[in-house]
Amino acid sequence: MINDNVKKKLKEIFGDKGFLDSAEDRISYSYDGTPVISALPDAIVIPASVDQISALVRLANDEKFTVVPRGSGSGLSGGSIPSENSVVLLMNQWNKVIELDKNNLTAWVEPGVITARFQSQVESQGLFYPPDPGSAQICTLGGNVAENAGGLRGLKYGVTKNYTLGFEVVLPTGEVMKIGGKNMKDVAGYNLKDVLIGSEGTLGIFTRILLKLIPMPAFSRTLLAFYDSIGGAAETVSAITAARIMPAMMEFLDNPTIRAVEGFSRLGLDTNTGALLLVEVDGPRSAVEEDAVAVEKICRITGAKNVRVAKDDAEAAKLKAARKSALAALARIRPTTILEDATVPRSELAVMVDFISQTAKKHSIQIGTFGHAGDGNLHPTALTDERDHAEIKRTEEAFDDIFRKAVELGGTITGEHGVGLTKKKFLEELYDSPFVRMMETTKQMLDPNGILNPNKVISVMPRCEGALPKSREQIESIMKRMGNPSEAYI
Amino acid sequence: MNAISDDLLTQCMHCGLCLPVCPTYALTGLERSSPRGRIRLMKSVMEGKIPLSDAFVEEMNFCLDCQACETACPAGVKYGELVESARVFVDEQRKGFNLKRFVLRKIVVRKGALRLVARVTRFYQASRIEKVVLGVLRLFSRRLYNRAKLLPRISKEFAIDVLPEVAEPKENARGTVAVLTGCVMDVFYAGVNRDTVDVLLENGWRVAVPQDQVCCGSLNAHNGDSETPKALARKNIEVFEKSGAEYYVINSAGCGAFMKQYGEILADDAEFAERAKRFSSKVKDFSEFLYQTGYKKPEAHICKSTVYHEACHLVHAQRVSAEPKSIVKELSGNEFHELNEATWCCGSAGIYNVVRYEDASKLLDRKMKNIKDSGAEVVVTGNPGCMAQIGAGAKNEKLDIEAVHPATVLNRLYKSGKI
Repeated sequence: MINDNVKKKLKEIFGDKGFLDSAEDRISYSYDGTPVISALPDAIVIPASVDQISALVRLANDEKFTVVPRGSGSGLSGGSIPSENSVVLLMNQWNKVIELDKNNLTAWVEPGVITARFQSQVESQGLFYPPDPGSAQICTLGGNVAENAGGLRGLKYGVTKNYTLGFEVVLPTGEVMKIGGKNMKDVAGYNLKDVLIGSEGTLGIFTRILLKLIPMPAFSRTLLAFYDSIGGAAETVSAITAARIMPAMMEFLDNPTIRAVEGFSRLGLDTNTGALLLVEVDGPRSAVEEDAVAVEKICRITGAKNVRVAKDDAEAAKLKAARKSALAALARIRPTTILEDATVPRSELAVMVDFISQTAKKHSIQIGTFGHAGDGNLHPTALTDERDHAEIKRTEEAFDDIFRKAVELGGTITGEHGVGLTKKKFLEELYDSPFVRMMETTKQMLDPNGILNPNKVISVMPRCEGALPKSREQIESIMKRMGNPSEAYI
Repeated sequence: MNAISDDLLTQCMHCGLCLPVCPTYALTGLERSSPRGRIRLMKSVMEGKIPLSDAFVEEMNFCLDCQACETACPAGVKYGELVESARVFVDEQRKGFNLKRFVLRKIVVRKGALRLVARVTRFYQASRIEKVVLGVLRLFSRRLYNRAKLLPRISKEFAIDVLPEVAEPKENARGTVAVLTGCVMDVFYAGVNRDTVDVLLENGWRVAVPQDQVCCGSLNAHNGDSETPKALARKNIEVFEKSGAEYYVINSAGCGAFMKQYGEILADDAEFAERAKRFSSKVKDFSEFLYQTGYKKPEAHICKSTVYHEACHLVHAQRVSAEPKSIVKELSGNEFHELNEATWCCGSAGIYNVVRYEDASKLLDRKMKNIKDSGAEVVVTGNPGCMAQIGAGAKNEKLDIEAVHPATVLNRLYKSGKI
């Protein structure tokens, strides 16, 4: 726990209104969107200026407490769950779009701007901000940059890092740094901007962000195809790619998800359908119409038993309803929903989906899989009950198998949710050790006292102020990881 | 002891999708004032991790119970049920005199007592006393003055007293419907009840107004009382069954939402469980009923700029939205405009604007700004609380805006009166 003296200093920085430490507030910031895990912070602060954030970070270095930045708390890998001895830094009230530059097609935003609000604001000006995470209605742009968020349009348009031109950031030492700018080309020095993007709150706190915008696509067309098995849908995805067509969206649902969707929203889907593929093409009208015809043909040739093409926006919305309600339909079945994001090269899609359903059977758990077929980003979603510890253990074992298989197929343990707390173990085990070591060194160099969102992504040296290991095994495992035990407890 | 259901609490996956639609979260920006935060607080209290503190009670009461979060929730969490059971839990744990509880249990649900209070208030409004009181309040307490000023006029006569128990349409009846006249509706907007009956008659329905009907029980249920509403529900089931009606048409969103829940609240009642389920299946909101059964299109149109404000207990609690909107669009033709944040609570929320005036006023300001931006002169809405709240907002800002029920719009148009 941070002591009263530190609390007094925090109140001096943030004022009485910017400092919270009641039991109710601490509980309210003990979780984010991640299932099962939570931890209490010691206090919560609401900053009003960059200077205050900088002062907080300096104080954290002096007084040895930790700082956990938080936007809306919708993350799924535990990135904003408080660590020990921590103060939560609440950025959700920094919610202004500072500048919309129509000549350069850029926007300066504060980190607490809600993604969907920003999208509709730029769209009203005929502009387009493509990154579209599933939680766009509530997640913040700051959180998006910190997690390098993806979403439905990743295949054609890329992810958050492709639209982040620069930012102002408070470093773990308290220094304020500006990096990047409105230049579309900039090779001055190492590309450190991309080191900070996706750093999950461990290397810096974004205070202003410069985003790139593009013109709004003029036209789009949506179609929905039904298959007997996931193999057919995967074949379509490969064939579309081979035909040099780049859809804005290629989303799929597997059979358990289709059955859940039909049970929940009664869209008239055939529940014997093995898989369902939603494809959207966008761009200039003539090109889109040509592509749509070609895609429909490919779907049929590759074995779709039925294809529906939307005539207008209203019908497109109806076709998209099945994909949109996938999570809602699954989430209603059981109390706890564990949404993961194992990702494989798109050529391995069918192999991976089949493996997931076998794994679910093997561990006697329920998993529905849906996701972004175009970029191989799957969302195996386990339906369970956190109060049933045996089932949670089986679920963990199943995901253990799934992540290992993904890496074996040349994929990755996380396509867009981040490593955070929940996938740290897999990062350390399944990736090359120089890569992991380089990350540890980077973290230690930028944040020597380990004050910024510690123990997320990777674990570095345990510090004396934290909880000491209690068992012999714990100590041994730490020593093994550290390599050099003499440095572990300074 | 009535605990808060752990199954309902655990259904929340704390994804946060309720945050952007929650009016109280929009006011404070703090997690504890969000549905997700409140659910976590409830869980912590039930698990004994935190005591039943003042701060907890405050958060439970700060919630408007507008249920916008239920519409946004992907996991189908029954938040309304949770916050209502939390209030019952608080009420049981904290005995002692409570003015709100006294008024709700001893006055509102007792027809005689409610009317006595209404008559005294009517006399107060008609006499010079109101002016004197307002004058005095204005000098001493701006807060009390603002509240007292907002009180809508009490109806001159209550619909339940003047409407016949059964009224026949001009031609052969399509069937029989029964109408609830409600408490707030009849005290402040008896005219809407008369319009409701007129419109139903005009559309060929035989209309019963059961004289022994009682309050639906929703105000009590929303304010920490689980037993009174059950007794009221049983009474209404008996009374409405006797009317022989095929449908029960409710013109007040809050009452309709609650009467659709009778089946659930009496599920454990051996004698009433089945009857309550049947009762609830017959309950229709006024607009929902007209839309589903078809209604006569009036020749005249609303000839003023019109918007539709979605009452929380219609759009969120009953999920009735497309039906009234389509009717209002039909009736206003080219004069129809979209209202930004139409599904946001106006701050009325049952008795919320009385017991939490400051918070309600902030929400009303937000609503009034959207209404002004839309350029509307007519705001159509299906709930007496919203009519009073938006009416008060217009009066406060000296705007020429009328908040009006769809039944009134239709009746005026049928009688080719202009709007």
